[in-house]
Amino acid sequence: MHSSLWLSALIMLPLLGALVAMLVRRREGASYAVAVVVGVIEVALSLAVATMYSSHVASAQSFDFYSRHVISAPLGLAYDVALDGLSLLMVVLTALVLLLSLLGGRDQRREPAFVSWLLILTGLTMGSFVAHDVLEFFVFFELTLVPCYFIISGWGGAERARAALKFFLYTFTASAFLLVGILYMGFAYQHQHGGALTFAYGALATTTLSHSTAVWLFVAFAIAFGAKAPIWPLHTWSPLTYAEAPTAGSIELSALLAKLGSYGLLRFAVGLLPLAQVSVRPYMLTLAVVGILYGSILACVAKDLKRFVAYSSLAQMSFITLGVMSGSTIGVTGAVLLMFNHGVITIGFFLIIGFLERRRSSIAITDFRGLQRPAPVLAALFTVTMLASIGLPGLSGFVSEYLILIGTFTTHAWWAAVASLGVLASAVYLLWAYQRVFHGRAEGANADVPDASTAERWVLVPVVVLIVVLGVFPKPVLDRITPSVHTLVTQVAPVGATK
Amino acid sequence: MNHVAPLILVFPLVGFLLVLLNGRSLSNRFVGALATGVVALSFVASVVALVLLLHDRAREVNVQLFTWISVDTLHVPVALLVDPLSVTMCLFVTGISALIHLYSTAYMKGETDFRKFFLYLNLFVFSMLTLVLANNLVLTFVGWEGVGVCSYWLVSFYFDREAAASAGKKAFIYNRVGDVGLLVAMFLIFTHTHTLTYQGIFSSTSLLSPTVATLIVLALLLAATGKSAQIPLFNWLPDAMEGPTPVSALIHAATMVTAGVYLLVRMSPVLALSSSGRMSIAVIGGVTAFVAATIACAQKDIKKVLAFSTVSQIGYMVLAVGVGAYGAAIFLMVSHAFFKALLFLGSGSVIHSLGGEQDMRKMGGLAKWLPLTFPTFLIGWLTISGVPPFAGFWSKGDVLTNVFAHDKVLWALGVVTAILTAYYMSRLFVLTFRGSERFREVTHQHDPHESSLVMTIPLLVLATLSVLGGLLDLPWAHGFSLTDFLDPTFGFVAATPTQSTVLQTGLAIVDVAAALVGLAAAFTIWRHRVESPRFEPAFLEHVWYWDDAYDAVLARPLERAARVSNDVVEDRVIDGAVEGLGGSMRRSGEGMRKLQSGMVRQYAVAMVLGVTIIVIYLVGRVR
Repeated sequence: MHSSLWLSALIMLPLLGALVAMLVRRREGASYAVAVVVGVIEVALSLAVATMYSSHVASAQSFDFYSRHVISAPLGLAYDVALDGLSLLMVVLTALVLLLSLLGGRDQRREPAFVSWLLILTGLTMGSFVAHDVLEFFVFFELTLVPCYFIISGWGGAERARAALKFFLYTFTASAFLLVGILYMGFAYQHQHGGALTFAYGALATTTLSHSTAVWLFVAFAIAFGAKAPIWPLHTWSPLTYAEAPTAGSIELSALLAKLGSYGLLRFAVGLLPLAQVSVRPYMLTLAVVGILYGSILACVAKDLKRFVAYSSLAQMSFITLGVMSGSTIGVTGAVLLMFNHGVITIGFFLIIGFLERRRSSIAITDFRGLQRPAPVLAALFTVTMLASIGLPGLSGFVSEYLILIGTFTTHAWWAAVASLGVLASAVYLLWAYQRVFHGRAEGANADVPDASTAERWVLVPVVVLIVVLGVFPKPVLDRITPSVHTLVTQVAPVGATK
Repeated sequence: MNHVAPLILVFPLVGFLLVLLNGRSLSNRFVGALATGVVALSFVASVVALVLLLHDRAREVNVQLFTWISVDTLHVPVALLVDPLSVTMCLFVTGISALIHLYSTAYMKGETDFRKFFLYLNLFVFSMLTLVLANNLVLTFVGWEGVGVCSYWLVSFYFDREAAASAGKKAFIYNRVGDVGLLVAMFLIFTHTHTLTYQGIFSSTSLLSPTVATLIVLALLLAATGKSAQIPLFNWLPDAMEGPTPVSALIHAATMVTAGVYLLVRMSPVLALSSSGRMSIAVIGGVTAFVAATIACAQKDIKKVLAFSTVSQIGYMVLAVGVGAYGAAIFLMVSHAFFKALLFLGSGSVIHSLGGEQDMRKMGGLAKWLPLTFPTFLIGWLTISGVPPFAGFWSKGDVLTNVFAHDKVLWALGVVTAILTAYYMSRLFVLTFRGSERFREVTHQHDPHESSLVMTIPLLVLATLSVLGGLLDLPWAHGFSLTDFLDPTFGFVAATPTQSTVLQTGLAIVDVAAALVGLAAAFTIWRHRVESPRFEPAFLEHVWYWDDAYDAVLARPLERAARVSNDVVEDRVIDGAVEGLGGSMRRSGEGMRKLQSGMVRQYAVAMVLGVTIIVIYLVGRVR
């Protein structure tokens, strides 16, 4: 067992970084430099943690870096962190998103206040992913809304105020359901077992609930996490918000915060309510399949590139929901892997869209044409990202999508068969978008678009490397995910009917 | 073998990576030579693998490389299966690829994206070899998708032309429809047998019920119709002719489009479980062969004729698979690779000499101007028409003899198709090489010129192979033929009643007669004509209105659905409900209104400041 200091450091570093960044804000560029340094250290730390975690897989310990400190017994507040195969990749992704959105954002996004919000957001997200106490998770989860709100409303596009408010109200309202559910479970546990109020994950998992209560709780959780992920039909904040947010904001929201939704669904809804899961599974799978097809169709007719990615993300996130709800170790492992892969792929998409916006001051698809001739490197980078998203074998997207589909097929064949159409649909909307932006003859302003600069290429190098490496050699990562997933999935079996 | 088999794959991959990483510092000449050289080396490795395999008693070698995916019960190794089938595929794929690479170094000279062309081409060869050498379905799928994406890049190679860009996209999407079939087939197999390696599947076929087996076979058939351009997914292939001609020869005639047939042959032990599945395969193949042949009769673009001819010939191969004549299918695949590559490269030479003209109405009388292209093309024409003793006569005869034993109706369809084949190819031949010279306007009164040696040497080699290809599998060479070599890899199929020599001779005579009828008809009609609405009905010229039907039945309704989803469902129904909920809450009280719009900022500021400090304090205290 490793020390939980590592995880505390991962949470504290960006928060302290935000403080330092604000203190040095009067010096030109100093805040940004601080943030980048923090980002680099954070990535290094997260990779170190990910590497160290490996040695514990063999001993079949489902949690590592664990420690629990009760802060306020009467309130049931605790600082409780741990790491397992479900959260491991998310920790790495959180650090990666920070660094890349700092490096790939536009120059005027380097203001002290902006980078501070970004750092705070990173700290809070990190806290959500390693939180091992359900109430603690809720606090972190809920707090992430604040930096998000300010990033969108302060640095977004023309309709940023409306977008920020819509995003805030949407997810804030939805998470009220989560809070009610968590409190209910905490009190139920206390009622049954006596003692102090606690929201420890391991404790709540043993709470005895009637089947109908469990189903209602599951629904409450699903609404809260479904608004975040998003799960159809709770997605309508995302196109507006992604389109209006600054590049770094879009990356944070779609690559990272959306994963809080699917991670929460897996960890808390499926993990704490395994029996309810079995009953609601067909409905959730149906919503996922609808989301895949609906997102794909709307991605075809999206008018600007950010809305396009928003809808394609809806389809991809629905694949994750499908895997999470599949009830098969293979499917859930695929979903956990896709959370990471989709994060990386989306970073790539939004960075490139940011580069295009910088060149043409527009993200409307009709404003672009034939860019492959003047900007071949940019086109190639987009192609790699696109093919990973399409699920081309050899690139990262395939492994996760394949695991999800084949895993779901073993338990729910029809849903998986219909979802397979999503594989076709993603090729349709992505290739069509590519054709409209990069193919054809470039004229006017499009003919003079400069190719990717050296700095822009370097920012995308990690994205491309991760896409290729996880496509060709995903084994080390899968080996870290699978044992935890197996524990989570198989807990349904030994527990009988209502306890 | 453990070293040789991976080398077959590694050579083209190394070529790809070298050009990818140093593309800008290498000269065009070097890139062309490198790309051709690595494929030639791959061919040498394949020959060595063949020799080693012939000395191996088991005739089957597994080469484990590394574990790719391993989760729970799903294990997917990167491992190669070297057996007679995969070695045969490797030999003709690498051999023809090397020739076409060589041809391309001259054909593509002066192109802006010369390096990129060879980059894609090498990656294609790597993917194709992965497809045939894989020892499990998932790895085959890697190659399957890899060749698909290379085809996409190469078809839309001239991407500033809208038609080329659209054709590339169409090719990929039609292929993807088939891919869904392959995915579902894999899911079904894994769910029932818990393995995806070929040997694993074949040793547990008893776990597949007849219904499941039929579903699997139909899913595989869907996959094959996508990749091998069969009905109902055949109409991407003619559009794919937008790509450079060497690409048409390599990918869209000789190698990639036969992958569907390979997949079906590879899975023959599963095909053996479902007679209704096999019947479906046979019917799809037979009907496609016929339909595509009728369309080829009315095309005016020389490459389009050849494209539909390819669809038709692959239809024969699929038909052969359907009746369980796997050996005949592979025999036709190999000989087709020889003569169709020859015809495409020959047409490329013709197009080259006319400065890019592809319309046969603007050709004619080229025989005397192209002293090397003309005789080689003549051989290709006679071969595909089924004139003895060229390869096509033997391989097509082999298919038809087998079909005759199973189903007389499909055999009759096959013979009619054979007449049509001889007819449309002779029409092409006459319009291109005979008759009056109609190209002067295109060439600005210049004389057409024969292509360089680099381009004509591959033509000569392929012509030789077309002449001698029949030797691979002569009907009376029992024990030393391609079919006997391949036989151990095939699944069990009810034995074909042995046909008497008299019957075989009779069928051969029918084949020859069919070829001659087609030839004669074409010469009679087209010697003095250039176009004729009577013999080129609009119905055939417009591909049986197949694309229009898809537009009306699929594309337009889907477009409408997308628009409705976007304007009505998304904006009014879903978002309307959400905003309506928000609005009603807002209206329900002034205080609420203030909370919702005015105070969010202050609330949030207070929250973030407060909680950041609290968290920092608490975490600090806890430590």
